[in-house]
Amino acid sequence: MTVLAELARLIRSKNAGPFELTFDIMFDDVHTYERVKNSGAVTREVIARRYGLKPEEVKFFLCDHALAIKASIPRPYFQGDPRDSDGHGGQQYAPLMDIDIP
Amino acid sequence: MDEIRILSPTGVCGSGFLESSFEAALAQQPHFIGCDAGSTDPGPEYLGSGRTAFPKDAIRRDLRLMLLGARRLGIPLLIGSAGTGGNDLQLGLMHKLVCEIAAAERLELHLALIHAEQDKAYLKRRLREGRVKPLAPAPHFDEKVIDRSAHIVGMMGAEPFQRALEAGADVIIAGRASDTAIFAALPILRGFPEGIAWHAAKILECGAAAVVNRRTPDCMFAWVRKDHFAVEAPDPTLTCTPQSIASHSLYENADPFRLVECSGTLDLTESRYEALTERAVKVSGSRFIPAERYTVKLEGAERAGYQSILIGSIRDPYIIRQIDDWIARLKERIASRVRMVYGTKLGDGDYLVHIRVYGKDGTMGPLEPVKEIRAHELCLVFEATAPTQEMASTIAGIIRHQALHLPIPEWSGLITAVACPYNPIDRGAVYRFNVNHVVEPDDPFEMFPMDLYEVKRDAQRRLAA
Repeated sequence: MTVLAELARLIRSKNAGPFELTFDIMFDDVHTYERVKNSGAVTREVIARRYGLKPEEVKFFLCDHALAIKASIPRPYFQGDPRDSDGHGGQQYAPLMDIDIP
Repeated sequence: MDEIRILSPTGVCGSGFLESSFEAALAQQPHFIGCDAGSTDPGPEYLGSGRTAFPKDAIRRDLRLMLLGARRLGIPLLIGSAGTGGNDLQLGLMHKLVCEIAAAERLELHLALIHAEQDKAYLKRRLREGRVKPLAPAPHFDEKVIDRSAHIVGMMGAEPFQRALEAGADVIIAGRASDTAIFAALPILRGFPEGIAWHAAKILECGAAAVVNRRTPDCMFAWVRKDHFAVEAPDPTLTCTPQSIASHSLYENADPFRLVECSGTLDLTESRYEALTERAVKVSGSRFIPAERYTVKLEGAERAGYQSILIGSIRDPYIIRQIDDWIARLKERIASRVRMVYGTKLGDGDYLVHIRVYGKDGTMGPLEPVKEIRAHELCLVFEATAPTQEMASTIAGIIRHQALHLPIPEWSGLITAVACPYNPIDRGAVYRFNVNHVVEPDDPFEMFPMDLYEVKRDAQRRLAA
């Protein structure tokens, strides 16, 4: 058992336009990517739970060529709105780091 | 013509590139130079106010090198999303810079300016006709929103660029444009397959962002051919790999396999990525699915108000452990004091007091899964947003005084609860994005009028479009 942050080359978050946030979980090699992908530990449902969302609010993708897992969610506040806390959406990925991977 | 060679000097005009990379790329005889100059990523302030996210002098530096390079080779220079937001103020700034550089460098050129700022009466007409459709998620959009907007722009597709090229322009400065349209316009005009042209454009629009080992913003080069495209960074120390190129479609996109343009959708599900050399990658199999209906995405910004902020911190564990309740009580005090000062002049809903708590959930707000506070001190940012700067400053003054001395049950007597390194700071006007919709125009041009100029050194003459 290890955590996702130790297996990924990069976990990042960013705006996907002013109304959505997107997460990229990127790996260095096919073996690690396949391990995480096939573990069942990183799914639409898991990501939804980490951000307090319903699974249908999460877009979820397995990107084999890029060796990456990707998810996108609606922003809690639109980018730049008076209550928005992260204009570039760059610091929203931390809750993904400690997902346990068998 | 069996290939089109394309130079993208950098991801954003004004973010910079190495002159050595640029010269190496020019030596490969590109057919045109393209450069994106804007984004929504820096936030709504820029579209709303007309300021630029990158400094004017930094934009001038990049623009000058691109103009000189393009004129030296006699090839077109295409720039989209002028001045960050691509509204008419920002298009005007880029126009002025081109004229200044042409005068200083004694350049002669045919310049096309393509406007993306939208006429409010036009948008209201299309809205009434049911030809403005929401994307998801979309804020509420109606005629009042149109009236309130500081600027609304349409994101143009490849066609307005193609029209400017066919009109003989060798420098095109466009308002808000799809980043990819800048690079796809000419290959599509010359008959190259749209799937290949749009995918190459997607890689090019961020400059060297798709390399493995990006250090600073720099150039990217592509060869668009009939059945594939190849991509390589001109700097010999930068490397593209199949994985780095495939990964690029993830960046800032909600969906990595389907990229929506005005005229259709780029579908990357069947794309193949192969190493051509140790530094170059070949891509094939990308498809473009034409849309049934041509659509143009809108971006708008309106003034949310004027803002003043106060930064403070709390070290007292008694206050930290009751911070939510402390803030609720503070907000009541502030509201009551604002009512005393302004009476009916400022209703409770006409201003906003927002308090960010760093050390608790300042970064993630409602997305924060950690509920317990583990910090021994908290940083608070108090924001007052109101209809005028004077009102915002007044409310920030009220916040300061109320927050400093708000009592807590654990202590008796007058306390001073917040450490403030600065007095309140006036931030001026603040803006919000207010539209995530598309328009269905009659044709790709009606929202994007073009002006043509003949620029000869320090003189310019407007040509009939």
